[in-house]
Amino acid sequence: MDIYAQNILDHYKNPRNKEVLARADLASYEKNQSCGDELTVFLKLSGPKIYTIKYLGQGCAISQASISILSEKLVGDNVAKVLKYKFADIIKILGVPISDRRENCAMLGLRAIQKAIDKNKEK
Amino acid sequence: MIKRSDFPILTKKIVGRPLVYFDNAATTQKPLAVIKATSEYYSKFNSNVHRGINPLAEEATKRYEKSRDIIAAFISAKRAEVIFTRGATESINLVARSWGEANLKKSDILVLSIAEHHSNIVPWLQLKTKIGFKILYIPIKVDGRLDLMAAQKIILQPGVKFLGLSYASNVLGIVNPIKKIVKLARAHGIITLIDATQVLAHQPVNVHDLDCSFLVFSGHKMLGPTGTGVLYGKRELLAAMPPFLGGGDMISTVSLDSFTPNILPYKFEAGTPNIAGVIGLAAACQYLSDLGWAEIRAKEKELEQYFLDKIKTLKFIRILGTAEPKLPIFSLIVEGIHPHDAADLLGQEGIILRAGQHCAEPLHNHLGCSASLRASLNFYNTKREIDFFIKKLIELKKKFN
Repeated sequence: MDIYAQNILDHYKNPRNKEVLARADLASYEKNQSCGDELTVFLKLSGPKIYTIKYLGQGCAISQASISILSEKLVGDNVAKVLKYKFADIIKILGVPISDRRENCAMLGLRAIQKAIDKNKEK
Repeated sequence: MIKRSDFPILTKKIVGRPLVYFDNAATTQKPLAVIKATSEYYSKFNSNVHRGINPLAEEATKRYEKSRDIIAAFISAKRAEVIFTRGATESINLVARSWGEANLKKSDILVLSIAEHHSNIVPWLQLKTKIGFKILYIPIKVDGRLDLMAAQKIILQPGVKFLGLSYASNVLGIVNPIKKIVKLARAHGIITLIDATQVLAHQPVNVHDLDCSFLVFSGHKMLGPTGTGVLYGKRELLAAMPPFLGGGDMISTVSLDSFTPNILPYKFEAGTPNIAGVIGLAAACQYLSDLGWAEIRAKEKELEQYFLDKIKTLKFIRILGTAEPKLPIFSLIVEGIHPHDAADLLGQEGIILRAGQHCAEPLHNHLGCSASLRASLNFYNTKREIDFFIKKLIELKKKFN
């Protein structure tokens, strides 16, 4: 299957949840140094679970579609579970094969979310 | 005569498609002559140079030093002025750490251009944190040309000690009027370093004529092996500089308390060098000389014009740097498509491109774009390849619309 499947391109062209979240519980900024892709994510929690994910950012179709999809799929997940997600989980969630050369693109969104949660843990 | 068949990789397939290699500014492909010279060294002459009193070492040394003669002649330098390094990056670091540390002070000004590769910015920033001098950057015009009026103003400021400038930017591909700028700098006692890395595969370089203090380049961007590079320096400058790396071959005597450096150029070549690589680089110089600049230039001009004519018909493409004279290096902004997506998808068609900032983040920030898609050609590319690239770009645009 094509990495640029209809679903990926759809999320790239019509991003979901791409807006600022006022009074977010958690927020973080993440950038891919090599390509300049960047994301700011905002989370609202409901107890130990993710209640809302919003974000702003710019970059390639893979990085932007990935955060758009995550902003829908991770809602309701326990933050402890989200922290354990790895590249293999992201491939499953995106539903397309991601080559090594696009790993950083696909992972940008998850890294931003994990960073926001991690920062919270440190507090 | 230009022969694609001299380059074995060009007949190969990638992901089942014929290889269209448009990433020559990153590294060029290698002709059989270079591949053979390198492997012949390992299969017939492998031995350490400058050390053994034995016939094998003697043969290896002879071939290594003969290579230095060929490479020196290629840029019209004297052999003692040609120092082998791992590449242009190491060459610039050598100048920064050796000449820079010994000669620069806090009140000095260094001049670079906004279009420099990171390798001609970062070594100076590293030194700046140690010494504390000021760095000024020459800006570029809207069409990518170096702003010569601004350059003159910056260079003529009191306190400027050093000018580091690329012969041509690896993003814009525009050839700077180096001779003119070096002349101005020299008239004011400024030390000049020219990064000629992008130029050597495309046109002749004559250090004697340019009259620069230093000139650096990488072998792998001019048909030679990776891990090879040259630092050219004027003899009196090199002679006065302290050694960079310490180790074998760069010394003439060593005691428990002190050492005496070797003569030039060995003073700057510590450790066993990349012997096979240097022999391969000499073969690359020989190959380019045999082919002749007239033929290379004519073919590349033709490709450049063809590429520009075709790309102009695509309204969704913008080229970064349109001024002449230009090398066949084209950094593109594709409206609505991120360079990484374009490089990935076109790569699946066998078209090898570079996406990103091409180690020139300050330039991309200056141009107001986060990244670009670079197609860099060489004399072995063809109009048919350009046609294929254009066709696939149009298909790509449709997919994203």
